Amino acid sequence: MAVVEAIGLTKHFQTKRGLFGADAGAVRAVDGISFAIEAGRTLGVVGESGCGKTTTAKLVLGLEEPTGGRILFEGRDLASLDPAGRRLYRRSVQAVFQDPFASLNPRMRVDAIIAEPLITNESLSAAEVERRVDRLLDLVGLPARAARLFPHEFSGGQRQRIAIARALALSPRLVVLDEPVSALDVSIRAQILNLLRDLQAELGLSYLFIAHDLAAVAHMSHTIVVMYLGKIVESGDAKTLARAPKHPYTEALFSAALPSHPDERREEIILPGEVPSPLRPPSGCRFHPRCPHAMARCAEEAPELAEIDGRMVSCHLFHPAAAGAAREAQPV
Amino acid sequence: MPFGTVTNSGPPLLQLEHLSTHYVSAQGTRVVRAVDDVSLTVRAGETLGIVGESGSGKSTLALTLLRILPPAARIVGGRILFEGEDLLQKSETEMQHVRGKRIAMVLQDPMASLNPLFTIGDQVGEPIRIHEGASRRSAWERARALLKAVRIPSPETRVKQYPHEMSGGMRQRIVGAIGISCEPRLLIADEPTTSLDLTIQAQYLNLLRDLQREHNLALIFITHNLGIVAKMCDQLAVMYAGRVVESGPVSQIFNTPKHPYTEALLNSIPRMTDTEQRLVAIDGQPPDLSALPAGCAFAPRCARAVDHCRVAAPPETAPAAGRTVRCWLAEPALAGVGAESGAA
Repeated sequence: MAVVEAIGLTKHFQTKRGLFGADAGAVRAVDGISFAIEAGRTLGVVGESGCGKTTTAKLVLGLEEPTGGRILFEGRDLASLDPAGRRLYRRSVQAVFQDPFASLNPRMRVDAIIAEPLITNESLSAAEVERRVDRLLDLVGLPARAARLFPHEFSGGQRQRIAIARALALSPRLVVLDEPVSALDVSIRAQILNLLRDLQAELGLSYLFIAHDLAAVAHMSHTIVVMYLGKIVESGDAKTLARAPKHPYTEALFSAALPSHPDERREEIILPGEVPSPLRPPSGCRFHPRCPHAMARCAEEAPELAEIDGRMVSCHLFHPAAAGAAREAQPV
Repeated sequence: MPFGTVTNSGPPLLQLEHLSTHYVSAQGTRVVRAVDDVSLTVRAGETLGIVGESGSGKSTLALTLLRILPPAARIVGGRILFEGEDLLQKSETEMQHVRGKRIAMVLQDPMASLNPLFTIGDQVGEPIRIHEGASRRSAWERARALLKAVRIPSPETRVKQYPHEMSGGMRQRIVGAIGISCEPRLLIADEPTTSLDLTIQAQYLNLLRDLQREHNLALIFITHNLGIVAKMCDQLAVMYAGRVVESGPVSQIFNTPKHPYTEALLNSIPRMTDTEQRLVAIDGQPPDLSALPAGCAFAPRCARAVDHCRVAAPPETAPAAGRTVRCWLAEPALAGVGAESGAA
């Protein structure tokens, strides 16, 4: 069973204009997306600014309430959980954020930072808390003496280890990793990515991995979801998706990824224009104004996410005439 | 000079000789060697990538080239030969005719490089008015043409707008337009795409490459991203703790890195193709420039360091034509030790 599953998840932000707050429409940040995060697996989410990946992370963390759709935790709908069930959910889903300089309180010692979730959620003796902090530090590869130091005494990579230790304090089932290495030095990134993979193998953790570095996402993920303007345009097995993207947007996105070697020559697809505002998304397929393969139909009719070669793709190119048939095949 | 071709011969456009820039604390007690004995060459129409982590000295090197360093920094030695003239011998007034006119710079954050209170037309036209004494009207005329050159749609209306009315990608292209406004010979780009989305980054890098071809522009890319180097650059200089530890043609360095740091860096990047493999991480942390170890600065993190590496800093040697490296293992005979472990 999936640890966390989203079904038709939607988040619209109402916007107001002027002194009396006249309704100015809704920002459709996340618009009916479905995905499942299996136990011990990593789901990678890629897409550019405004695609809704950070809103998705906030919805999964319970920091935002969805305006539509459902989130299931181990098969149970979050909306139907009692307060105790909600607390258990929040303990089971933890997060590591991009900037370890901003996410650690500079006035707290490392042991207090890591122990805080333990103290607020469990009634443990001081000795037990200390023992657990020691074990967590060891788990993330920091020496025991780190416990008595302050965050400013550490480098970026070590701080991110502290943030990971804090996220693991309550033995979560799922950790949301929002750009966990992009603020770190190049030579340190591999250390943290390796640590995250080791922890997953050791503790059976699930990850929701969000990053703009496509190679890092492909390296870390089992499944990848590609988002554009609040919608999933393609999802599937990470390796096959990265190697042979199907949706024209995925194709352009991966072709825009920087090469890892100067002799690597690939066809480059340069998309015209920029991502439109999610306040007024284009009609039909939201990608059609920038799509090199757009047809007349794309401007009128939104394509459904449907299976093609073991993968989910939302594009009229792959479902020529049978739009009605594709609609029935949509839920996963 | 031939136009539109990349030549490896011909006189260098820019030549750095043993350039050193140090930061000195107010009491003069602490010295940080941010740039230490750097020698590099850039030819017309060529692209040089300078790669390093934070604190490696790459941005200080860029500021040194234009002599726009903060007050605590001192250029303590070396020469900057640009088109045959030593920029370090020039007066401040003479330097003002170099900056923006012959050497231009594009910075990381386009929002911080644009003044929010002036129109795009005024800001793109400003260098033209200053350096060429053009009237406001003709500078605006040129600004419109420049916006068109950097592919801003409907430049007629955009020149009248303000920076906040543009997207990030557009702002970065406007900064690029300001950079090329006086047709410089050399453009220095310091992390120009870190704030951009992937597809917008691809647009921008292609634009830079087209501008380079059209104007036979030499480019210096300052970045921590080896992908940008692989895509854009002809030559590469790898900096570590203020020194260039390796330099040479990009594809040679990617295929046969000579310095253990370069090699480790190349191995540590995740690749789209082999996702199963564990990444080869570099142990330890980048060094503190004010408390560098004796000997080679990379030795504490180097898997192949020998005793001699911790005693003396390696000199810059040339393992092949057009390449340099600072490593005892590349020159075992020089060190007189470590020949056995270095030969492999």
